[in-house]
Amino acid sequence: MSAVSIKGVSKQFEAGVTALQGIDLDVEPGEFVSLIGPSGCGKSTLLRIIGDLTKPTAGTVQVNGKPADRARRDHEYGIVFQDAVLYDWRTVSKNISLPLELLHWNRSRRNARIKDMLELVELTGFESHHPWQLSGGMQQRVSIARALSFSPSLLLMDEPFGALDEMTRERLNAELLRIWQETGSTVVFVTHSISEAVFLSTRVVVMSVRPGQIAGLVDVDLEQPRTNATRESPRFFELVTQVREQLAAAGARLGETQEPALVEDQV
Amino acid sequence: MPKPTAIAQAFWDQKSALWSQGIYTFKEALGGYALGCSLGIFVALLFAAWRPLSSAFMPYAVAANAIPIIAFAPIMNNWFGLLNPFSKMAIAAVLCFFPVMINTLRGLTSVHPSSIELMQSYAAGRVSLFRRVRIPNALPHMFTGLKVATVLSMIGAIVGEYFGGPTEALGVKILNDSSYGNFTDAWAGIVMASLLGIVFYAVVALAERLTTSWHPSARAFHTE
Repeated sequence: MSAVSIKGVSKQFEAGVTALQGIDLDVEPGEFVSLIGPSGCGKSTLLRIIGDLTKPTAGTVQVNGKPADRARRDHEYGIVFQDAVLYDWRTVSKNISLPLELLHWNRSRRNARIKDMLELVELTGFESHHPWQLSGGMQQRVSIARALSFSPSLLLMDEPFGALDEMTRERLNAELLRIWQETGSTVVFVTHSISEAVFLSTRVVVMSVRPGQIAGLVDVDLEQPRTNATRESPRFFELVTQVREQLAAAGARLGETQEPALVEDQV
Repeated sequence: MPKPTAIAQAFWDQKSALWSQGIYTFKEALGGYALGCSLGIFVALLFAAWRPLSSAFMPYAVAANAIPIIAFAPIMNNWFGLLNPFSKMAIAAVLCFFPVMINTLRGLTSVHPSSIELMQSYAAGRVSLFRRVRIPNALPHMFTGLKVATVLSMIGAIVGEYFGGPTEALGVKILNDSSYGNFTDAWAGIVMASLLGIVFYAVVALAERLTTSWHPSARAFHTE
């Protein structure tokens, strides 16, 4: 059974803009799949459709064999947005605790899990800080801890490191890979960055714009665990080049269609 | 205007009478405050929970807010009776209602869309969304309204008393002193009214500090 199974998904916005057209994609359990493409290719929309935060106009999505809305209600996935979306009135611990409270975990179970999560994202000692007392990178780690706190099998990430500086981003990339391997979860990751997509993923999905379609798939056969040395390996460069060429090819096709440039890929 | 020293002297000489008159009026203000603010918060919650209601009634609310409410003071006195403290409470309540309702509603509805998506991703219900996101988000806004309302409630009670009330009321005392030319005594009454207003404001501001210490405006007080 696939972790995520997308069949014939299209999304048309009310303004008549076709964000996605005929998307078919299967993500196997334990995979780390990145969606990459130019602004407006609908990659964030696709992620939201998987999470049942927006409905497709056509097609079906299944998560762990369940329809997307069922899967959402069964807490099959955790989500991380570009902004950490932490609640200012809650401390770090309380933010991580939010989904656990909604799942009616009792206090001792919650506290034990919060402690584990803080260790996982290396934020032990910051439990009683408020979000605004943390750096952007630390905030995003809290957000990841919150998304994983209830052990969902699927992690959806919408450009989670897009707002961070390059150095923080690379450190968090490495950290995310470690967390992914420790938890064994499936990740669907939206990004603008080619090198980030290649470094993190087992598979990169290249998307084209207007309408958003899958332009190609790149299997990333880099060895695990990946380190800074991975970024310097010839194979890494080959794969980056491969993704870049596919993106360029998709972009060239865009040029032929002569459609006006428009819309963000946000809902 | 009388000399400040004369006012201070008059204040000191009449402190016990001023105190009891002040408390009488403050009780009216407090009653109106409690009534107006709770109604304001309740209506804001209702409007936030049910948007069609908000769009249907908000224009009327805004129009009603443009009416100089103090103009109703004589009518309230007539409705509830000159000597009935409730007539003053009603004026104070109407004055408090709008700033609290408008500010609370703004706080309840100005939630970042991804905060709501996050709660959706957890399949959280409406009650959860209100309890865990909308209401905490509204607290700083609500307190803005609650602080403005402290001052308004004192104004409502005193102006209400200017249109008639029992002699044990501070507003009646100020009015009588002024009409007999005892301006020093009138000023002493105003000082008492101001002191009560300031204390009222300070108490609400303290409550704000205690409940919204996480808010940006309070961040300077964190010493970490």
